[in-house]
Amino acid sequence: MTAASPPAPFLDPAKSMACIHCGLCLASCPTYLETGNENDSPRGRIYLMRALQDGRLAPGDSTARHLDLCLGCRACEAVCPSGVQYGELLEHTREHLEQNYSRPLAQQFLRRIAIEKVFPFPERLELALLPAWIVKGLRLEWLLPKFAREALALLPAGPDPAPLPEFCPAPAPARERVGFVSGCVMSVLFGGTNAASARLLNDAGCDVVTPGDQGCCGALFAHGGQLDAARACARRNIAAFERHQLSTIVINAAGCGSTLKEYGALLRDDPDWAERARRFSARVRDLTEVLPRPTAGPTPPTAADARVTYHDACHLAHAQRITRQPRDLVRAVAGDRFVELPEADVCCGSAGSYNLTEPAMAGRLQRRKIENILKTGAKTVVTSNPGCLLQIRAGLLKAGARDVEAIHIADYLDRGPR
Amino acid sequence: MHPYGAARPILHKKWTAHSGAPRLLGLPGRDGLIELIGRIRRIGKTVPSTKPTLSRYLFACMTNDQPTPLSPAAIAALRELVGAENVIVGGDELLVYECDAYTIEKQLPHAVVLPKNTAEVAAVVRLCAKWGVPFIPRGAGTSLSGTVLAVTGGVMIALTRMNRVLEVDYRNRRALVEAGCVNAWITQAVKGRGLYYAPDPSSQSACTIGGNVATNSGGPHTLKYGVTTNHVLGFEFVLPDGEVCWLGTRPDGGEEVDGYDLRGVVIGSEGMFGIVTRVLVQLTRAPQSFKTMMGVFESVDAASQTVSDIIAAGIVPGAMEMMDQLITQAVEAAYHFGFPLDAGAVLIIELDGLAAGLERQADRVQEICRQNGAREVRLARTEAERLELWKCRKRAFGAIGRLSPNFLTQDGVVPRSQLPAIMRYIRACSERHGLRIPNVFHAGDGNIHPLILYDEREPDQVRRALLAGHEILEQCIALGGSASGEHGIGVEKIDFMARQFSPDDLAAMRTVRRVFDPAQRCNPHKMFPGSKRCADFAPRKQAAA
Ligand SMILES: Cc1cc2nc3c(=O)[nH]c(=O)nc-3n(C[C@H](O)[C@H](O)[C@H](O)COP(=O)(O)OP(=O)(O)OC[C@H]3O[C@@H](n4cnc5c(N)ncnc54)[C@H](O)[C@@H]3O)c2cc1C
Ligand code: SF4
Ligand code: SF4
Repeated sequence: MTAASPPAPFLDPAKSMACIHCGLCLASCPTYLETGNENDSPRGRIYLMRALQDGRLAPGDSTARHLDLCLGCRACEAVCPSGVQYGELLEHTREHLEQNYSRPLAQQFLRRIAIEKVFPFPERLELALLPAWIVKGLRLEWLLPKFAREALALLPAGPDPAPLPEFCPAPAPARERVGFVSGCVMSVLFGGTNAASARLLNDAGCDVVTPGDQGCCGALFAHGGQLDAARACARRNIAAFERHQLSTIVINAAGCGSTLKEYGALLRDDPDWAERARRFSARVRDLTEVLPRPTAGPTPPTAADARVTYHDACHLAHAQRITRQPRDLVRAVAGDRFVELPEADVCCGSAGSYNLTEPAMAGRLQRRKIENILKTGAKTVVTSNPGCLLQIRAGLLKAGARDVEAIHIADYLDRGPR
Repeated sequence: MHPYGAARPILHKKWTAHSGAPRLLGLPGRDGLIELIGRIRRIGKTVPSTKPTLSRYLFACMTNDQPTPLSPAAIAALRELVGAENVIVGGDELLVYECDAYTIEKQLPHAVVLPKNTAEVAAVVRLCAKWGVPFIPRGAGTSLSGTVLAVTGGVMIALTRMNRVLEVDYRNRRALVEAGCVNAWITQAVKGRGLYYAPDPSSQSACTIGGNVATNSGGPHTLKYGVTTNHVLGFEFVLPDGEVCWLGTRPDGGEEVDGYDLRGVVIGSEGMFGIVTRVLVQLTRAPQSFKTMMGVFESVDAASQTVSDIIAAGIVPGAMEMMDQLITQAVEAAYHFGFPLDAGAVLIIELDGLAAGLERQADRVQEICRQNGAREVRLARTEAERLELWKCRKRAFGAIGRLSPNFLTQDGVVPRSQLPAIMRYIRACSERHGLRIPNVFHAGDGNIHPLILYDEREPDQVRRALLAGHEILEQCIALGGSASGEHGIGVEKIDFMARQFSPDDLAAMRTVRRVFDPAQRCNPHKMFPGSKRCADFAPRKQAAA
């Protein structure tokens, strides 16, 4: 154990002391389920954070390992009886580590360049993915080393960048005017899903406004401990949406949604922005929170065994505590063909950029998820986050389950009856 | 009842409706027991044993108090056995293993090992035996009495990777699970077939079956359904010399047990007899229907009287749980269920069974509540509302984190009729020490859980909290109860053992322990007065708890 003098405070004392060490969070933590090591559990990680804060530990390799291995899925937060705000503690600790601990070079590169300089910028992402798509298109994957093949498996066959027009009016006189956050990964890889979301909103009587000057929500920065970069993203988006008269701001990617809902906390200490951020966050809703239940009744079963199941995206179920609405929506279409997925709310290992930084654990969780999906016998897995979709699709492919589709809830509802 | 079922006085849990108050029966002489265990070992043996010899015994006794840090060769041997990533020896990684949910005392083990199967557990235990090193079984570490504390270091063997439900036998309503399986997972696995695993400690979403067996856990529904020992048919057990045996009913056998049925001796032994590796549990048919009510009372006295009156009326509810005003407020702040903030006490009463008859019983219970001046009796109308109510109750401990950085949970038992008296005493105690003490407890069993709130960064508060805890437990004993209901003795309650048991009783208990663990290397320094305490008993300057 390396003793050190206590560093400048990076944890809010009241928030870190909120953990009473009861252990009730253990069994909901995916990494702990896999390793059984309490350092890979919420209680263990909070213990490490506090030990860093108190100077009982200096930032070191093993501490960083256990904190890096955290998915940030916040399953622990949803079950904690003491209301520990784990996500916030993690972000602040990661920021502290970023500043006080240097990782091996390859990891640095991956984190700094690939994830933080490319992903959050749709244009750059498209450019960076070009060679990958060419390789995939020509079926030359076999030329690549294994890790690159696996990364490639995560990509859909090609870009799907049908950008939404800035204004999509509802057919009848609109009931409401809502803003739409198009998302970076969503807009490049899932343009069709964005279009479907807009159609669903239109049908529900909403005019949809998608400001062209919005940018990345900042989630990747925030989760990686780059809080200042995340704050810059937040300010840009708040300003972009303030220019329009909107009742609600809708997002269809769970990961972005939870960050958007936390702008208030992120900019709490910025006197110019605190109030604006709070007002912005108060208006953010996930798509499944605003859509009415389809009234047409379930579709008649097509195939004999067309079961449908639902995977909880972590940032929807845990960070935003939304589990009932998406199920209600899916059930309204699938009727009796809906089956619950065992461990539905255990992370699939995607977790933002986690599958790039921690491929081994991401792979274990992916396998676990796929096994559970195959157990249900469902042919359709519905979820609500682009990361989960890519991760589950790649996993299904690896498992040879070509007859099982993973699909975004907006696409699922869009093709069903209204 | 099997021959030694009643001979575990302190380990015997609650005063349940059907098991009566803890009793002290005479134990057979030491020789008799040794003979007996020897026979059982021969019956259950699956691994060749080396008989404990006198020299091994003396050596172990001499060495067990001063474990030296493991040598590099020893660490290498452990890694070889279970894989490098499953041996934790780095100081920073051991930190979280320095305590369980009882955080007042802390001590680092020398290593933590995460085995994957019984063979690995046995092999690690054999190595510890060879080296004369103490070992400590660990489940989820949710114990509230420091029973997983590595008082003098040693090798902690955590069963968290052995967490599967192995087989479900629906015909005989049994499940075979690994010891690290989380309590609630068993019910999750079988609820589709209308079954469940009955013991429901409030920590059931995290605690393991192995830990439940070791502490004979109970829960709110203990009132009607009993504790762990009433639902465990048998288990695979690794003795402190590494021998593997099966105690109780075998998974492939009928109910009968060959030879003596020793499972009752081990259930509740707080991990001091060996390591449970697989457990055969009995599943229970889920009640056809429930009536769950919340009664709001002006005072704890009125609520306590209601509890007594309901039992006197011949009604056995599945559960009767009480929350006082302070805890009700904390729970309401956390979960927004709609509890009244100004009520003196809230009583949760659950009736279960056949739908026929239940309606009438529920009416009768409501009537009794009103007779005792209940301001309101609310019936959970939907299953969702019922589950929500239970969530609030089961997570009540945790809601305390919102009131105070630390708390000390006490766990005492008083005869039901003395509930008002002990609650009055606790109030006075709270005022005397200037500490808040909310209460949430199993009223039906007279098992109280005062939660003494303190801040460990202030040494004087820690001192007062410990003192208050002691005084309350003393009073429990004085009122004819006991100092431990369900959280065990561990290191926390050691001092009460001498008060509750005569020297003869204690000597008998030690004798039983030595039969299983002659070298006293298995989870040492727990339970018995005179045990070594942590060098580090005083809270150190850190807040990591
Ligand atoms: C919020 C909260 C609520 C609680 N509510 C209740 C309650 O309602 N009822 C109740 O009875 N308890 C309760 N407890 C206490 C605790 O959860 C139980 O004692 C539980 O059985 C401990 O299980 P565990 O897996 O965490 O074991 P641990 O805490 O890891 O260990 C407890 C003891 O069991 C031994 N042990 C663990 N696994 C094994 C094994 N495989 N073989 C042999 N020995 C083993 C350990 O050595 C130790 O002595 C509560 C705790 C918390 C934090
Ligand atoms: S994070 Fe919450 S659930 Fe986990 S140990 Fe701390 S208080 Fe308990
Ligand atoms: S965020 Fe997820 S992975 Fe991280 S500690 Fe919490 S439950 Fe575990």
